[in-house]
Amino acid sequence: MKVQLYQQYRELITSYLQDKGEDTLYAAQQMSKWMMEHKIPPEEMVSAHAEVLKEYLPNLPKEVSDSFKILLEMMIGYGIALREHESLLNRQKELEYEIEVAVGMQQTLLPNHSPRMHGLDVGVISVPAHRMSGDYYNFVDHDHSSLGVALADIIGKGIPAALCMSMIKYAMDQLDHPTGGPSGVLGRLNSVVERNVDASMFITMVYGVYERENHKFRYATAGHEPGFIFREKDGSFEDMATKGLVLGVAKEISYEEFSIHLEPGDAVILFSDGVTEARVEGQFLGRERFKELVRQYMHLPAQEAVEAMYQSLYEQANYELKDDQTIMILRRPK
Amino acid sequence: MNVTIQEHTQSDSATTLVVSGEVDAYTAPQLREKLMPLTKQKQEIFLDLTAVEYMDSTGLGVLIGAYKSLRAQGGRLVLVGMSARLSRLLKITGLTEIIDIEDGA
Repeated sequence: MKVQLYQQYRELITSYLQDKGEDTLYAAQQMSKWMMEHKIPPEEMVSAHAEVLKEYLPNLPKEVSDSFKILLEMMIGYGIALREHESLLNRQKELEYEIEVAVGMQQTLLPNHSPRMHGLDVGVISVPAHRMSGDYYNFVDHDHSSLGVALADIIGKGIPAALCMSMIKYAMDQLDHPTGGPSGVLGRLNSVVERNVDASMFITMVYGVYERENHKFRYATAGHEPGFIFREKDGSFEDMATKGLVLGVAKEISYEEFSIHLEPGDAVILFSDGVTEARVEGQFLGRERFKELVRQYMHLPAQEAVEAMYQSLYEQANYELKDDQTIMILRRPK
Repeated sequence: MNVTIQEHTQSDSATTLVVSGEVDAYTAPQLREKLMPLTKQKQEIFLDLTAVEYMDSTGLGVLIGAYKSLRAQGGRLVLVGMSARLSRLLKITGLTEIIDIEDGA
């Protein structure tokens, strides 16, 4: 390879010194690319250049040919940097692959479809800002008579949030038949989170149970952005009452339970704060503008509605959403 | 998108940190680096947030970390001078129930 390289380089130099042609410069660019692909360090080029020059100009002053030794030493550093760069590129590819696997695993933590329950129309959308999400939601079907719903926002984004999410998911799985209702669920999750997370980590969460027979939504919240209730009769919104400390900060916290009665067509709308804190024209979207957005799509079935709301938000935010976005609708059919 | 933090030592056991700017995922580590060592040295830390224009949940995480660290050794964290937006954030997250808050001086 060395001999071949040397000959090619000699041809380039000779040709260029004779006619100063643009095409020779282009050929030099191509050769440089080829050399990088073949991991030829820059100092070898300097050495080839010195050899060719000595051959082309037999009377080359000794000072000039000696000076190439300095240039050669200087280029060795660049050669090392090039090899480091390559090894970093390989490392990056490995990390990319690991993240890809983690993204796939995280998907398995979320339900793969909205629950179908007679007497309740459910829609949910959750889109991460980056590859991995810090928003979590879950549905727990209690023998078709009631449906448990959870929506949580884990502080931070990316991998740390995703790891924390798996803890919530498995802690919830342990609560198959929760006693003590929504307050009990949050109380127990709080003690799991409090024992297991870093001091500056916390989770906000809302957990509710919709009872099909009496159309009641009983819920408790742990520091989560309050949701809305949409009232079909006059198209108005009520803010859901909330009270309760975020999960993971203090031991043995009790969470107050609230209850809402849904009339036909009424809906509960839950979301993560990424939605109301989306930046639209330099301002936070805010709760009032989000209500307007919700109102525009309430004529649609719940799943189509949340998808349309997200799409509209994404467009209004100029396709730049910096936080994870989750919107969930539970609606009693008209 | 910057944060500045100035310390005004009051006594061996108490100090005030005056924070200004934005506390978000990028700047929160600076606040944490300044605040956390103090939680081991002082009994009482006043955090003046009057000039904080914006704080996100990462910033809240730092406050919670400091609160826990001080509580573990019987000390206390006091928040001073919060904007309406920050007050709302602390109220929703339930932190007003556990962290001491004083009006701006």
